[in-house]
Amino acid sequence: MESFAYVRADSLAEAAEAFAAHPGARYLGGGTNLVDLMKLGVERPTALVDVTRLPLDRVTELPDGSLRIGALVRNSDLAAHPRVRDGWPALSQAVLAGASGQLRNAATTGGNLLQRTRCPYFQDVSKPCNKRRPGSGCGAREGVHRDHAVLGASEQCIAAHPSDMAVALAALDAEVELYGTAGVRRVAAADFHRLPGAHPERDTVIEPGELVTAVLLPAASAGAPSAYRKARDRASYAFALASVAAVLEVADGVVAHVGIAFGALAHRPWRARLAEEALLGAAPTRAAFERAADLELAAARPLRDNAYKVPLARNLAVDVLSRLVPDQEDS
Amino acid sequence: MTALGAPAERLEGPEKVTGAARYAAEHPLAGRLFARPVPATVARGRVTGVDVSAALALPGVVAVLMPDDAPRLAEPGDPTLTVLQNPDVPHRGWFVALVVADSPEAARAGADAVHVEYAEESHDVTLRAGHPRAYVPEELNGTYPGERRQGDAEGAFAAAAVRVDVGYRVPPLHNHPMEPHASTAHWDGERLTVHTSSQGTTAVRTTLARMFGLAEERITVVAEHVGGGFGSKGTPRPDVVLATMASWHTGRPVTVVLPRRMMPTSVGHRAPTLHRLRLGADRDGRLTSLTHDVTTHTSRIKEFVEYAAVPARVMYAAPNQHTVHRVVRLDVPTPSWMRAPGEAPGMYALESAMDELADALGMDPVEVRIRNEPDAEPDSGKPFSSRHLVECLREGARRFGWEGRAPVPRARADGPWLLGTGVAAATYPVQVYPSAAAAQALPDGSFLVEVNAADIGTGARTVLAQIAADALDVPLERVRIRVGSSDLPAAPLAGGSSGTASWGWAVHEACGRLAARLAAHRGPLPEQGLRERADTEGTADAESAFARHAFGAHFAKVAVDSVTGEVRVRRLLGVYAAGRVLNPRTARSQFVGAMTMGLGMALTEGSTMDAAFGDFPEADLAGYHVPAHADVPDIEAHWIDEHDPHLNPVGGKGIGEIGIVGTAAAVGNAVHHATGVRLRELPLTPDRVLTGLLETGRPGPDRPGPG
Repeated sequence: MESFAYVRADSLAEAAEAFAAHPGARYLGGGTNLVDLMKLGVERPTALVDVTRLPLDRVTELPDGSLRIGALVRNSDLAAHPRVRDGWPALSQAVLAGASGQLRNAATTGGNLLQRTRCPYFQDVSKPCNKRRPGSGCGAREGVHRDHAVLGASEQCIAAHPSDMAVALAALDAEVELYGTAGVRRVAAADFHRLPGAHPERDTVIEPGELVTAVLLPAASAGAPSAYRKARDRASYAFALASVAAVLEVADGVVAHVGIAFGALAHRPWRARLAEEALLGAAPTRAAFERAADLELAAARPLRDNAYKVPLARNLAVDVLSRLVPDQEDS
Repeated sequence: MTALGAPAERLEGPEKVTGAARYAAEHPLAGRLFARPVPATVARGRVTGVDVSAALALPGVVAVLMPDDAPRLAEPGDPTLTVLQNPDVPHRGWFVALVVADSPEAARAGADAVHVEYAEESHDVTLRAGHPRAYVPEELNGTYPGERRQGDAEGAFAAAAVRVDVGYRVPPLHNHPMEPHASTAHWDGERLTVHTSSQGTTAVRTTLARMFGLAEERITVVAEHVGGGFGSKGTPRPDVVLATMASWHTGRPVTVVLPRRMMPTSVGHRAPTLHRLRLGADRDGRLTSLTHDVTTHTSRIKEFVEYAAVPARVMYAAPNQHTVHRVVRLDVPTPSWMRAPGEAPGMYALESAMDELADALGMDPVEVRIRNEPDAEPDSGKPFSSRHLVECLREGARRFGWEGRAPVPRARADGPWLLGTGVAAATYPVQVYPSAAAAQALPDGSFLVEVNAADIGTGARTVLAQIAADALDVPLERVRIRVGSSDLPAAPLAGGSSGTASWGWAVHEACGRLAARLAAHRGPLPEQGLRERADTEGTADAESAFARHAFGAHFAKVAVDSVTGEVRVRRLLGVYAAGRVLNPRTARSQFVGAMTMGLGMALTEGSTMDAAFGDFPEADLAGYHVPAHADVPDIEAHWIDEHDPHLNPVGGKGIGEIGIVGTAAAVGNAVHHATGVRLRELPLTPDRVLTGLLETGRPGPDRPGPG
C-alpha cells in the first residue's frame, strides 16, 4: 500500500489545519467509497484527515422547524430518525434505497454527498477517463454506458451521480453547510453537485479544504407529502438506473408547491425546474404530470444504450407524483 | 437403520461457522510472502519491456517475475497456465508479471508500480452471428461431436404446418465463487506442498508435476475447504502455478489470491452464445423438425466450446434434427466451465422456443412437451436408463397449481404489476468417472474412510460418510472421513455433477470389502486396524448401453412492474427425477442454490465485452449482479422417487447442476405470459423489459372500466 499520513482531527479548526498542511489530503468519514477508490488506485491521498471524531453526529430540530443533520450522522441513523421519517419521508426512503445495511451503518451524510461516480472506466486506472485523469479521454462514450447520463453530459464526461440521498435533498430544497478557512457558507443541495462541462474532475462546488458540516432540511417542506422511488437491476444493493424524488402540496385543487429531482440521469441530481414550473398552479392530474415530465426530459440526449432512461424516468415521475396527490384530489 | 437417505447435517458445519475451517490463503507459514499478478492492459500484442525498478524500490517488495526471466516450465497441456513463459498477450488481463512481497499491500503497491511496454496489435473481441472466422469444431471439449444431423431438418421445417424460427442471446456469465481463486505453495527441501482452492486436487498435482518436472510423490495438494467453484476451479488456474513458481524462486512460502476484479479475465467465464432455433411441428404439436444452431466465442490460445446445442439431442422426439456449434477465436479471455456448461444456455434457448411453439399452436406448454416425449434418446437411439420428465412436469404442475392458467398472455395484473407463469424442462447428463477409495476399521470400533473428493460446499464429505456408514452397516457417528488432499486415494474432480456417484462408488466398494473382511475376522483387530482399498477403473467408466440423464421441470411465477420494467420472481418451483437422493438436506441446498443461480441468469447476471478494451467492465460484485436476498422468493425443490438400476451402486444421477438448467427459460416464459412481450436476450433487466412493454403500445395494465 502507498503510505500516507493519518491525522485524527478533534475540532473543525484542527481538521482544516491538517488538510492545509498536507497538499493532496482527503477527509475520511465512513470510508465506504474513499477506501475502495484508494485500493483501486483511483484516489492516492497523501494524508487522510479523519473527521469522524468531530461533534457532527447529531440530528437537531431547530426553533424554526427546520432540521439540521450533522455531516457524520450515519445513513442508517438518518433513515431511521423519527423526525426525518415523519417530516421528509422522501429522504428516509432514498437513503434506505441505497447500498446495503452494512454500508449504510458505516456511511456518513457528508460522505454520501461526496461519493464518486461508479462509472467502470473511472474505477479502472488502466483505461482513459477525463474525470480521473483530465484529458485522457472517455471510455464510456463509445463503450459500456447503459447506466450513464442522458441529461447535461458533456463531450468529456457522461458519468452519472450515484447517490440516492442527494436526489431527495435536491427535491426537498435542502441546503449543504460547508466549513472552510473563509468561514461557513450554505449551498442549495440542488446546486451542490456540478455538471461535468470541461471539468469533469470536479464533482461539486466544494472548494479545496472545505468540509461538509451539515445538511439542513427547510421547515417549509416539513410534513409535505414526499416520496422517493428508484428503479434498479436487482431488488437491493444496486445503483439506480433512474430514480425520482418529489414533494407535492396541493391546495384548492391546484399544485401549491412541487419539487422534483431525478437521480442517475446526470452528473448531479437533476432538479426538474421546467416540470415544476409547468405544474405550479395546475391541477394535479396524471396528464399534467406526463406533460411536465416530457417537458423536462425533452433535453435528454441519450447514447446508444441508455435511451430507456427517458421513459423510465418519465414513468417514475408520473407514478410518484400521482401517489402524492391527496385522495380527494385524485382525478 | 440406514444412514443413506437421512438428512444428515454437514459434518464440517461447526468448523465453518466458528471460523476454524481453513481455506487456501489461510496458512500463515513462517516467512510467507504474498504475490500479486500484473494484468496486461492491451487486448492483443506483445510485451516489449518491463521496468521493475520502481516496484523493486518499494518497501517490502522481494522480487518481480517477468516473461523473460521467470522459471521455465514444461507445457501444461492447458495454455491458460503457460504464464510468464513468453511475451505474447492473447487478451487483456493476461498476466505479464508477478510481484512478490512480504505483505499483500506491498505486493499490490508493487504491482501498480510495474511499468510494462507493449507492441499493441489490432484486436477483435466482438462475437456476431455469421462472423467470417466462425468454424464448426469436430469435437466439443473432447466430448460431443460439434454437429449432428438426423433426417432432413431443413426440408421438414419448410414443410411443417407450424413453424418457430427465432434467435436468442445469452451474455457472458461469470462463476464468481465467494472464495476467490487462491493458492499457498511451500517448498520444503525437495517436497512441494500446495494449499489451493480447487474442485479436484489430484488433477492439480498431475499438472504441477508435469509443469515443474517433479515426481507426483513429491507433491501434496490440499483443498480441505473450498468456498465454491461452480466450474471455475475444476481445472488448475494460474494462481497455483504462480504461487508454486514464486515459492520456487524465493525459497519461501508464497500465497497468491486473485483479486475479484481479475477473476473475469483469468479464471474462465461462460462464453456468450447466440442461438438460432427452428422448430417445425404438425397441428397436434408433434415436432417434425428441430434445428439448434449455436455461435459462441473462444480465446486465441485455447478452444473451449459452450456446447449449448447438445441438450437438443436428448430432449424431444423430432425425427429430423440438426444441431451445430460454430465457434470464433477472438482476442478474449478464455472461456471455461460454468455450472451446467452447454445445458444452461442451451436449454434457455430450446425451452423458450418450445414456449413460442406452444403459443403458435395455441396449446398448453406443459402439454406440448409431453406430446414430444421420445421413446429413446433421439440422437443416439439408445434406450433411456430411466426418464421421468413427464412425471416431473405433471407433479410440478400439480404442486404449482398450473391448471386453470390463462391461455393467453397479459391476462392478470395486481395493481401496476403484470402477472404471469411459465414452465420449462431441464436435463443434465449422468457422468461418472473412476475413483479410488480406502476404508479402515480401527480397534476402537471407528472407521476411517479416505478419498480425495473435494467438498466445495456441497456436503460431499457428509454424503460420502453416509454411503460408508450404509455399506458398513454402522451408525454415521462411527465413520470418520478424510477428503481434499492428493495424498489420499486418487479421485476425479467435483464437476459434471459426477462427484457423489464417482467417489461414492469407490467408497461403497471399499467399505463393502471391509465389511466382508470384518465379517470373516475373528478376535480383536490388530493395532493398525484392517484396511481395504477399491478402485473403480474399468467399471465406473464402462460404456453403458443406456442413455443416462437426469430430468426436471421448473415452474415460475413473476410480476413485472409496468412502471419500471422491473421483474420480480414471486415463486419458483422445481421437480427433479435424478435417481436416488442420498441426503435430502444437502440435496435441497444444491437444487435451491442452482435455481437461485438460474434466477440470476434470467434477471440480473451478465457482462458486456468492451469492444474497445477487450474486457468486461462488470468486474466486481457491485457491477456484476448476482441476485440479492431480496430478489429470491420462496424456492421449492421437490423430487420424485426414481429407481434406476443402470447407474452405480448408490443409485444417484448427480444433482449439482440440473437446478440451473431451465430456470432462466421458466422465468423468461413467465415474463412473456405476464406481458405478451417476447424478450430473447438475457438478462431481463428493466431497460429491456420496459422498452419491450413500450413497443407493444400497451405499457401498463389494462385499466378496468368505470363501475
